[in-house]
Amino acid sequence: MTASASHPSQPLPLGSGISDRLSKKASRHVKERIIEGLLFSAAAFSVFVTIAIVYVLVKESWVFFETVPLSDFLFDTQWTPLFDDAHYGIMVLLSGTLTSSAVALLVAIPLGTIIAIYLSEFAGFKVREIAKPFLELLGGVPTIVYGYFALTFLTPILQTIYPDLPGFNLLSAGLVMGIMIIPYVASLSEDAMRAVPMSLREGSYAMGATRLQTALWVVTPAATSGIASAYILGISRAVGETMILAVAAGMQPNLTFNPTEPGATITSYIVQVALGDLPHGSIGYQTIFAAGLTLLLMTLFFNLLGYWLRKRFREVY
Amino acid sequence: MEAGVEGTLLKAEVRDLDFFYGAFHALKRVSMPIYDHKVTALIGPSGCGKSTLLRCFNRMHDLYPGNRYAGGGIVLHPDDTNLLAPGVDPIEVRMRISMVFQKPNPFPKSIYENVAYSLRVRGMTNKSELDDRVESALKGAALWGEVSNRLKELGANLSGGQQQRLCIARALASDPEIILFDEPTSALDPIATASIEELITELKEKVTILIVTHNMQQAARISDFTGYMYLGEMVEFGVTDQVFIKPQKKATEDYITGRFG
Ligand SMILES: Nc1ncnc2c1ncn2[C@@H]1O[C@H](COP(=O)(O)OP(=O)(O)OP(=O)(O)O)[C@@H](O)[C@H]1O
Ligand SMILES: [Mg+2]
Repeated sequence: MTASASHPSQPLPLGSGISDRLSKKASRHVKERIIEGLLFSAAAFSVFVTIAIVYVLVKESWVFFETVPLSDFLFDTQWTPLFDDAHYGIMVLLSGTLTSSAVALLVAIPLGTIIAIYLSEFAGFKVREIAKPFLELLGGVPTIVYGYFALTFLTPILQTIYPDLPGFNLLSAGLVMGIMIIPYVASLSEDAMRAVPMSLREGSYAMGATRLQTALWVVTPAATSGIASAYILGISRAVGETMILAVAAGMQPNLTFNPTEPGATITSYIVQVALGDLPHGSIGYQTIFAAGLTLLLMTLFFNLLGYWLRKRFREVY
Repeated sequence: MEAGVEGTLLKAEVRDLDFFYGAFHALKRVSMPIYDHKVTALIGPSGCGKSTLLRCFNRMHDLYPGNRYAGGGIVLHPDDTNLLAPGVDPIEVRMRISMVFQKPNPFPKSIYENVAYSLRVRGMTNKSELDDRVESALKGAALWGEVSNRLKELGANLSGGQQQRLCIARALASDPEIILFDEPTSALDPIATASIEELITELKEKVTILIVTHNMQQAARISDFTGYMYLGEMVEFGVTDQVFIKPQKKATEDYITGRFG
C-alpha cells in the first residue's frame, strides 16, 4: 500500500470492539427469527395438508383397486356399488359431472365474457362501481341456496316448457351452477382486460376502430392468457361443485349425456356415501376414495392446462 | 384549398383553440396552419402541450371523460369543417387522420394483421385487396424487405425500430390525409431513428405530417415548418429555417440554443 493522506501506511486494526450503536440487537434478531419461522410454518402447513390429502386418497384408493380391477373402474358402464351385483364404472358418474359442467359452462363462459367486456370496455366508472359488488355477491351466495333455487324455482319453470322434464335433472342444476360461476369468469376476465395497456387501445382507436372492434379485436386477444385462466377456474368450479347437484339433479347414477335426465356426479355421489351409513372399510365405502382421486386428477389436469395456457399466451405488450 | 406561404396549400388550420383537462387549461388560444404535403414540427419543453395539441387532431381526447375542447377549433381542408365540432364523428376523423405513438404499440397480432387492421376496421375483407394494401403499406414504411417472408409472425417479435415502422405501415395502410407522430423516435436507437426520419421525409410525398419532437436537430432536419410552444401557448410559428436561424421571439431563441430555463 502506498502512503498517502487517505491511505495510511500501517493497516489499521479492524476496530477494537463493536460499539453499542452498531452491535447486533438480540431482541430484533429474535423477533425476525420468530416471524420468519411463523411464515415458514404457514407455508409448510399448506404443503403438508396437500400431501396428506393426496396420501390418504391414494392409500385408500389402493385398497379399492385391490378388489376392483382398474379396467372395470374405467370401462364398466354401471355404477352400483351398493347392490349385490356391484359394478364400479366411474364413467357413469363422470358423465353426470361432464354433462352438468357443460351446461354450466355454456352459461357461464359466454355470459361471463360478455359481462367482462362490458364492464372493462364500455361501462362508465359509476356503473362499474355499482355492478361489481353485485357480481361479487352472486359469487358469495351459498351453493345450497342455489341448489334449492334450481329445484324449487327453475325446474318448475322449465317444466312448463318441457312438461316431460323430471323433477330432478342435470339441466336445471347445470344452469344454476352456470349462474354461480359467472362472477368468477367475469371478474377474472375483467381484471385481465383492464390490465391491457391503454396504449394498445389508443392504437386501435387511432386507426378508426369502434369501441366494439377495439374490445373484440385488440383487448380480448391481448388478455387471452388471463381470460383462459378465468375459464379454467370456471371449469374447476363446475367439476367440483357438489351441493347444487346433490339437491337438484337427483343422485341416481345414470350414464347419460342428456341434461334433461337426472344423474349423479362424482361429487354428489361422494356426499351421498359419506352421509350414508355404510360401514367404514367396506368396499362400498372405499369407492368414495377412488371417486375422489378421479376428481383430484381432473382438477390437477385443468390446473396444468391453465398453467400451460398462461405460459403459452403470456402477454407480450 | 386556400393558398399558404410559398405557394403551398393549407391542409388544416388550428384557430384560437382552447383545451381543458378537467379544470386544467392545457391549450390557450392556440393558432397554427398545417400545410399540405409538408412536415410540421411541434417543439417546446416538457409539459407545454405538444401532445395535447397533436391529440386534438384525431380527437383522441374524446376517449377520456373530463377532457374539454373549449373554444376555437381545427378546420380541415378541403372540407372546410371544424374537426372539433360536436356534430363531427371522431371515427370519421380518425379514418382520415392517423397516428403513430411515442412507444411502438403493435397489436398482439401477426405483422400482416397489424397492417391490415385499419382496413378491416373499415370492413375490407377481400383477401387479394388486403394483400395488396398490406404490401404497399409495408413498402411505404420501408419494412417490406425485412418482413415479406415472415408476415405471419407476431409484430412484437420485431426490433423496436421495426415495430415503429410497422406502426407507420399500420397508419399508412388506409391512405390517411394526415399522419400525427408523437415523438416517434424517442424510444429508438440512433440508427433506427435515422431510418424513421428518412421515412418521414419520403412520406410527405403522400401525406401531410405533424410531428412532436424533443430533438431540435430532428426538427431542423426533417420539418418544413416549426411551431414552438410554451405553457400551452403557441409562442412562434414559421418556416423551420427561419425559426431555427432567425427566431422572432427571444423565448424561442433561448429554447433552441439551449439557454432555456
Ligand atoms: N390526462 C391529463 N390530465 C390532466 N392533465 C394533463 C393530462 N395530460 C397532460 N396533462 C397536462 O397538460 C400539460 C401538457 O401536457 P402534454 O402531454 O401535452 O405535454 P407535452 O408538451 O407533450 O410534454 P412532453 O414533451 O413531456 O410529452 C402538462 O402540464 C400535463 O401535466
Ligand atoms: Mg408529449
